[in-house]
Amino acid sequence: MIRLENVTAGYMDINIIKNISLTFEKGKIISVIGKNGCGKTTLLKTAARIIEPYSGDILLNEESILNMTNKETAKVISYLPQNRDIPNIKVYDLVMHGRFPYLGFPRIPTNEDKIKVEEALHILEIEKYKSKNIRELSGGERQKVYIAMVLAQDTEIVFLDEPTTYLDINHQLEILEVVKNLKKMGKTVVMVIHDLNSALTYSDMVCLMDRGEVVVYDKPQVVYESGKIERIFNIKCHEVCVPFHNSKYFLLTLK
Amino acid sequence: MKAIDTLQKLSIRKSLIDIKAYNFLVIAFLLILLMVLIFTSICVGSSSIEITDVFKALFKDGPLTSEYKIINYVRIPRTLSAILAGSGLAISGLILQSVLNNALASPTIIGVNSGAGLFTALATVFFPANFNIMPLAAFFGAFLATIVVYFVARKTGASRMTIILAGVAVSSLIGAITDTVLIVFPDTVINRTSFIIGGLSGVTMNRLLVPGIIIFISMIVTLIFSYDLNVLSLGDQTSKSLGLNVDRTRFLFIILSSLLAGSVISFAGLLGFIGLIVPHLSRLIVGYDNRILIPVSVLIGSSFALFCDILARTLFAPYEIPVGIIMSFLGSPFFIYLLLNRKRRHV
Repeated sequence: MIRLENVTAGYMDINIIKNISLTFEKGKIISVIGKNGCGKTTLLKTAARIIEPYSGDILLNEESILNMTNKETAKVISYLPQNRDIPNIKVYDLVMHGRFPYLGFPRIPTNEDKIKVEEALHILEIEKYKSKNIRELSGGERQKVYIAMVLAQDTEIVFLDEPTTYLDINHQLEILEVVKNLKKMGKTVVMVIHDLNSALTYSDMVCLMDRGEVVVYDKPQVVYESGKIERIFNIKCHEVCVPFHNSKYFLLTLK
Repeated sequence: MKAIDTLQKLSIRKSLIDIKAYNFLVIAFLLILLMVLIFTSICVGSSSIEITDVFKALFKDGPLTSEYKIINYVRIPRTLSAILAGSGLAISGLILQSVLNNALASPTIIGVNSGAGLFTALATVFFPANFNIMPLAAFFGAFLATIVVYFVARKTGASRMTIILAGVAVSSLIGAITDTVLIVFPDTVINRTSFIIGGLSGVTMNRLLVPGIIIFISMIVTLIFSYDLNVLSLGDQTSKSLGLNVDRTRFLFIILSSLLAGSVISFAGLLGFIGLIVPHLSRLIVGYDNRILIPVSVLIGSSFALFCDILARTLFAPYEIPVGIIMSFLGSPFFIYLLLNRKRRHV
């Protein structure tokens, strides 16, 4: 469980998120939604300590993470940024970088590290690529490799910034299934996601943000029924029942 | 160029063979090449010395014949200086290309050349008769310029891009100051030119001692932290989320790079090109892992510098061509060849 208390953060002394207090419960999938520029990524980065908050505190199991060293933080919290360079590296070596927080000098992986990497490759079903350079992979395959790296990092909390953006529908669904798997392993997954349907159907909790503040943070059904999604995105939501399929679907149109 | 193609084919196949065995073979081959070049470098020069006399001079405390003097006071220091210059610049460039994630990065980018340029100009103004002050001035100039570049960049977050921009801006400012000094004191131009062009002639063991120690220690530290350099190349956010202290690591490596390049400048002047080309060639042969890339770059850098220096001394003997010119003549076409083929090779 990770809790933000009155957290204000941003870049170059401009506050992007303002006085946010919320709790990400253990073993839940939480989707953060909101318009472009509303502070979703900043919220994730601050909670993952990629940037330091200007004020407020971040508590992991009631202990502040702001006094931890970088490596200590990396053993409990992982963060997958949205925009990444595509480094020149083999799949296996990239996933092994997930073990970096656990490596002492001279940075030689132990058997445990190797087992964790093999497990991660197995879970993401990417063993067949393991000696390929990630530049040879498609966007979807590459995303799976990065998630394998996060899995090898073996943290209690996983932050994913837009893990499905730019992917084809098949890979989007695959990644969302992986997210469900992470939940089954007892991890807390917090992700920024633009596809409202995925957010409402895959998450346990939805956090709707606007202008650096949390508008509503609740179960998907409650967030949907509050009507605030429609107001903030300026759209019309229609709940549709998919025939022969026991799930809901939201048809989104402009107002 | 055929040799390169064969190497490339080998490196594609190397996932099938054992990577460790491949790397071992590469290092063994490069070591033998370096040994051959060292031997050649000691044996050849503008005055011809019989091989038997070379061995006598090397292994016996013989009489102070002219051969003994040439071998011990000219060719050995010169060979050593080529090895130090080649390996030092290669690692300096390798570090910067990784840290700044920029294929064009070389010590010039962090202000090393401009800093050395200004301080040597100032040295000739204030201590016109003292030629010994030049190496010291070059070293401190290079180092201080890097510090200025880094702290200017730090004010805006010390990202890769701000470091490059700060480097360009600070270098340009220092260049303007240097030009002003040279216009106000026109006599300094001649004294300084020979130093700035660079070359390895006239290097003595005494002048190599301190830079040699700095280069050696910097390389060891770089090798120790080479895995961190691998992690850093994943980008700031990813490496930070993996627990790497990005700012501290980047600062450490930039300082190491500056120490390496500054030390080389102090005895060899400005020989920038090796720092750009050798890391690319090494990456082509052994891939991206800095743990193996560093020793391979050291070997290739030393061999390349030695090879060019042998040519510089022998092509038009007894006249000598500055080694920097040979490096550019050999290096530039090769670098263009690499560029044309980079897509295929993930360089």
